[in-house]
Amino acid sequence: MKHKLVAFDGNTAAAYTAYHISENVTIYPITPSSVMGELADLWAFQGKKNIWGAVPAVAEMQSEAGAAGAVHGSLQRGALTTTFTASQGLLLMLPNMFKISGELSPVVFNVSARTVATHALSIFGDHSDVMAARTTGFALLAAASVQEAMDFPLIAQAASLKSRIPFLHFFDGFRTSHEISKVELLEVEEMKRMIDDKLVYEHRARALSPERPFIRGTAQNPDVFFQAREGCNPFYDICADITEETMKEFKEITGREYHLFQYEGATDAEYVFLIMASGCETVQETVEHLIGKGEKVGMIKVRLFRPFSVRHLYQAIPETAKILCVLDRTKEPGSAGEPLYTEVLSGINEYMSENNIDRKIRVFGGRYGLSSKEFTPAMVMGVYEEIKKENPLNHFTVGINDDVTHRSVSYPEHFHIEPVDRVRAVFYGLGSDGTVSANKSSIKIIGEETDNFAQGYFVYDSRKAGSLTISHLRFGKDPIHSPYLIQRANFVGCHQFSFLDKYDVLKYAEDNAVLLLNSPYPAEEVWDKIPREVQQKIIDKKIKLFIINAYQIARETGLGVRINTVMQTAFFLLSKVLPEDVAIEKIKQFIEKSYGSRGEEILRRNNEAVDLAMKSIKEIKVPARAEGTIRKKDTVSEKAPQFVREVTARMIAQEGDDIPVSAFQPDGTFPSGTTKWEKRNIAQEIPEWDPDTCIQCGNCAFICPHAVIRSKIYSPELLKDAPAGFKSADSKIKTFQGQKYTQQISPEDCTGCGLCVEICPAKNKKDPGKKAINLVPVEQIQEEEKANWEFFESIPLLDRTDLQLNKIRDLQFTEPLFEFSGACAGCGETPYLKLISQLFGDRLIIANATGCSSIYGGNLPATPWTINQDGQGPAWSNSLFEDNAEFGYGMRLALDQQKKMAVNLLEELKGEIGQELAEELINAKQTNDEEIQKQRKRVAQLLARLKDISKVEARQLESLAESLIEKSVWIIGGDGWAYDIGYGGLDHVIAQKQNVNILVLDTEVYSNTGGQMSKATPLGAVAKFAAGGKEMAKKDLAMMAVNYGNAYVARVALAADMNQAIRVFREAEAYNGPSLIVAYSHCVAHGYDLRNGIKQQKAAVASGYWPLMHYNPGLRKEGQNPFVLDSKAPSIPLEEYIYAENRYRMLTYSAPEIAKEYYKKAQQEVTNRWKIYEKWAKDDNSQK
Amino acid sequence: MIDLSTEYLGIKLKNPLVASSSPLCEDIENIRLMEKSGISAVVLHSLFEEQVILQEKELNYALTENTERYAESLSYFPEVDDYHFAPEEYIKYIDKVKKAVQIPVIGSLNGVSNTGWIRYSKKIEEAGADGLELNIYYLPTRVDLTCQELEKMYLDLVQEVRQTIKIPLAVKLGPYFNSFVHFCDKLVGAGVDGLILFNRFYQPDVDLLEMSVSPNLELSSSSELRLRLRWIGILYNKIKADLAVTGGIHTAKDILKSIMVGAKVAMMTSALLEQGIPYVETLVKGTEEWLRRHNYQSIDELRGVLTECNVKETDAFERANYMKVLQSYHYE
Repeated sequence: MKHKLVAFDGNTAAAYTAYHISENVTIYPITPSSVMGELADLWAFQGKKNIWGAVPAVAEMQSEAGAAGAVHGSLQRGALTTTFTASQGLLLMLPNMFKISGELSPVVFNVSARTVATHALSIFGDHSDVMAARTTGFALLAAASVQEAMDFPLIAQAASLKSRIPFLHFFDGFRTSHEISKVELLEVEEMKRMIDDKLVYEHRARALSPERPFIRGTAQNPDVFFQAREGCNPFYDICADITEETMKEFKEITGREYHLFQYEGATDAEYVFLIMASGCETVQETVEHLIGKGEKVGMIKVRLFRPFSVRHLYQAIPETAKILCVLDRTKEPGSAGEPLYTEVLSGINEYMSENNIDRKIRVFGGRYGLSSKEFTPAMVMGVYEEIKKENPLNHFTVGINDDVTHRSVSYPEHFHIEPVDRVRAVFYGLGSDGTVSANKSSIKIIGEETDNFAQGYFVYDSRKAGSLTISHLRFGKDPIHSPYLIQRANFVGCHQFSFLDKYDVLKYAEDNAVLLLNSPYPAEEVWDKIPREVQQKIIDKKIKLFIINAYQIARETGLGVRINTVMQTAFFLLSKVLPEDVAIEKIKQFIEKSYGSRGEEILRRNNEAVDLAMKSIKEIKVPARAEGTIRKKDTVSEKAPQFVREVTARMIAQEGDDIPVSAFQPDGTFPSGTTKWEKRNIAQEIPEWDPDTCIQCGNCAFICPHAVIRSKIYSPELLKDAPAGFKSADSKIKTFQGQKYTQQISPEDCTGCGLCVEICPAKNKKDPGKKAINLVPVEQIQEEEKANWEFFESIPLLDRTDLQLNKIRDLQFTEPLFEFSGACAGCGETPYLKLISQLFGDRLIIANATGCSSIYGGNLPATPWTINQDGQGPAWSNSLFEDNAEFGYGMRLALDQQKKMAVNLLEELKGEIGQELAEELINAKQTNDEEIQKQRKRVAQLLARLKDISKVEARQLESLAESLIEKSVWIIGGDGWAYDIGYGGLDHVIAQKQNVNILVLDTEVYSNTGGQMSKATPLGAVAKFAAGGKEMAKKDLAMMAVNYGNAYVARVALAADMNQAIRVFREAEAYNGPSLIVAYSHCVAHGYDLRNGIKQQKAAVASGYWPLMHYNPGLRKEGQNPFVLDSKAPSIPLEEYIYAENRYRMLTYSAPEIAKEYYKKAQQEVTNRWKIYEKWAKDDNSQK
Repeated sequence: MIDLSTEYLGIKLKNPLVASSSPLCEDIENIRLMEKSGISAVVLHSLFEEQVILQEKELNYALTENTERYAESLSYFPEVDDYHFAPEEYIKYIDKVKKAVQIPVIGSLNGVSNTGWIRYSKKIEEAGADGLELNIYYLPTRVDLTCQELEKMYLDLVQEVRQTIKIPLAVKLGPYFNSFVHFCDKLVGAGVDGLILFNRFYQPDVDLLEMSVSPNLELSSSSELRLRLRWIGILYNKIKADLAVTGGIHTAKDILKSIMVGAKVAMMTSALLEQGIPYVETLVKGTEEWLRRHNYQSIDELRGVLTECNVKETDAFERANYMKVLQSYHYE
């Protein structure tokens, strides 16, 4: 059969097949597998049918544990079921996987293999998750490419139905899940031929049914469990053969050949590599290159890791083989070797021994590619050179520099084997400028519309605003099996001029490569604007330089900052990958295909951009010498601490791969407050302060999500050293009369979100269109403001005890201990974090659930939680996604216990320490800054006195003394955690008495993984996993907590009522027991320009959708109703709020009738809820 | 029996009361009630040029902004490839309304640029609309824009639409034109079958609290009718197009006045918003009653009796009357 060729990524490929051969799909988002679930949900919404003509039921669960439980139930009812997951998600499925395999239920789990969090979280790929599942009894089948990711779910399903062994099909997270490649599409007919319906009927016949009742899932005792467990042996014994046989059938049907252990290489190979998943392709490519050079080398692609068939393995090894080199993409510390290595080692020894084979084969093992670390032909070459040595290093690593235990093997960095006739293009883009979209469409065009092969892989930033993307694209006449980044590019696209200064964009460029530069400068000026270092590289590498002013074209054609169409056109014309007329025709056809559904206006604009781009490319004559006056700047200031200069700076400069093991603390500890050194300069516009108009209210500093707006009050004398452009005004605040006031922005840290301008209440008297703070083009004021910021930092802070911390006006003078995070520009979450850092930062301990806040809060290279001038500050940690309430609760338990022990020791040592000090330490009231400062001084005194006491109790007390200073424990996370996966723990912690503060940053979707529905998602909103709009109303988490009666509970929307927010944060913290704050957080996943976030928060409250309230059990003691409504009755219809957001509007376009129905229900729901709240607030609840 | 029937844009109507284009027409139940209460035809709410472009633009923004920048969230919304924007919904709605009521249904397009969006005129025709009302409104704020250029813009647009559709075409205008009669004549030359006078615009107001300018629209009142009466009276018999009054029709008397100066129909919205749709019955009865009392057998008989052409003292419509009006104005 001639196959249709498509350009798919691995996730799409796997989901495509899995969807077609499933009846039920249970899903839960986790990177990098989320896309599979998203597609299944979307296809079901669109009515796409499986091979039996039914639309599969797709259900999102509250966690992966839930998804696995639902799979288990579905299997017990005889449905063909699948799920998708990765990493911690797979770990949560383990208990059910043991059950499913124990019950011999056929199923396929599709896993995009991802690193399990250890010393740090990583979203990237390795096999630590699937290897953790190797004891579950599941068969483990590894796909090495996008094609295999499409084929293997089918092979696995067929083999599973035959063998009754459940399968875990996996492929490398990101490297395969996100690589786009040209593949042959499996036809429905082929899938039907592979699945034997009789086996499906048998599966159904084994299902639970009251019509033929039985019981499965008994509890067994020592008398029978063991023997009953051994009953599964015959099924496992034949599983490998069944799988091999199924692969054979697959070849007959599709023509694509796979084996359990697939040998590739020289027939007389002496050295044989063994490897699983995407690394197979790299090794095969290198092996073929080496054979061409006369080397006796081969490789075995290990497809089926479980059940591990030693016989099949041994048969795949050539008779000439002397050395096996097993490469594992995982680390099992403390083991005798990594899983594939030990399996191969023990397996072949056992096989040779049992079969009396007298042969010497040496087996070496090593680790590569953890967390998607690059794995290149050069590294394979390095390993090959190592195993050819007389005494090769065993248990080696490759791809890193291990300067601690010296286990890494070196490799020839300049070893390249890619065919020279391939187009190898690297593009540097800014997140959201459309670079990646353009490249994805280029792959579709070339891959699907021409005979060429195509491959694309995309490297993204660890920050969400102003992020760098690097696209690696390959095109050629032959199939592409190179799953690694391009090392030598013949085309480099630099889509942002400023990148020339920040990154080594010519790092990958080979000699005579083309450099296409998006330049705001005309041809005659551009050369002089390029830093001299880059000029030199252009000359040295004989680069052909072309420019285009893509932003100008995008603006002229109404595409705003989306330069994808322009840059794509320029790439096609310069790379000559297709003849010019064909290229333009194809681009336009693709525009029609991609944007057709978004309307004719969008089409017209893009087509116009293509035409303009064609005319606007200019070649720049490269001078013979680099004489530019502009020099590349240092990545970080020389004033930065050593670690930042030597480690952080290299990560920022994209040189992290070169940092050795010794540079890092082995337990994952990092210094606080490193974002301040990064100076990302990502804003196009930044705010300019107008001191004459300003009323010094502090609103702008309060709302700024990035903590770039600061205010200080200071003595006028200090101005004598100020730079010329430094702005100040007389203090308008009565308590600081006679002093000077300055509001200063940090120009290099600002994201230009504009929330400060939106919230500013002051209007310029002469021009009411202007406020006291206005956005201006960054180049107008940047240099002056940089100098101003430096001076501003030298101005001393006010003493916190002189400030009224319940007032926005005074809060502006406190130090934010959360600054310059990598969150989205205009983020709705970070102002809350900044607020707690200003209120309680010096005594803050944070347990942070995985999600957006753990990413912008803790993702390297630089982190935003910082320290105050006295060296104190938030101590932050992230455990997992599901356990955060418990994690924070554990911290509180430890603190309380340590304090108790310290108090006991104080009692014991009273005599030596001094009665007065001991009692003060024990009984000190610590409810505000002043009292805590006093306690800190007492602890310092205590430590001084303890030095002179020789008792062992004194040593004990020294190590516990710090616990006498009150700590503020905050448990922070998003709605995915609080409403769904972590709800069980959250519920439990609220029901306890311990003093913890829980902050739920409610964006109403799983924002970090791309906007999937949670139980916080409102009725009628479209989200991933809810393509047809959410059918159920949002869960009222606050009221659920209120029902316990013992917890302080509040619902806030900071931008709608700043004072209420401050009040409840302070009350919650002061409440000696659990507290829960549900915080409305506008988010990019809501689908509008976040500059309108303040307006939307106000509308959410005004419509009654988000009623502000608090429930303070403490009020009960005073005979008052603990339930207090903090906002007024709804004053606008719900539609005024919701239809300003695309998440709601989308449904009116995709399913207008349903949208109307949901709207009616949603309005009714809001009205009803308000009535209930009013009743609670009016009724006497003082006894509840 | 008094004959109230009239013909507008070549369409036979049972009386001259037409529901003008307004959000009231967005609900099919309202249109059913209008028919039941005696309205003779309905002009649907407008499909706005801005609406067409804005929806596409906003959706495109939401589907592309913030995508492809961070590895865990490469997009934020499901990529549904089948969207029904306002135009498509509008077209479907015409079909629904046509099936729901017997009275003629006139579509309405509101815009100014001579670009792709006018293709929707064809779709409105195909959906079964009995006519199309083109509401053209452009605020000429540019210093370099001459009257000729502005008029040409209107005429080009009308011509373009005329060439696209076969159903009757009416144009709803504002009063701010030089040589208004001449311009109307040009419009007729460009293929217009009817003229509707006058559009009521959103006029900006100043918000003192916010120190900002905010759009504002108040419901019409009968006093606004006079401007319409004057110009209908002037155009009648000079211009070969059906004339319609809109803006200020609140009572049967207003309807009668409009007919007397030459209007074929009187269109209304504010009155229905204020009094409720069943108020139409009162208006029909009132019109009929007046005609009966004044011995008119049909509405046609009344039409044009007080136009510039029929009134000997044409001053009433023209400048000389201005002085008299001023003189008659006394402080009380």
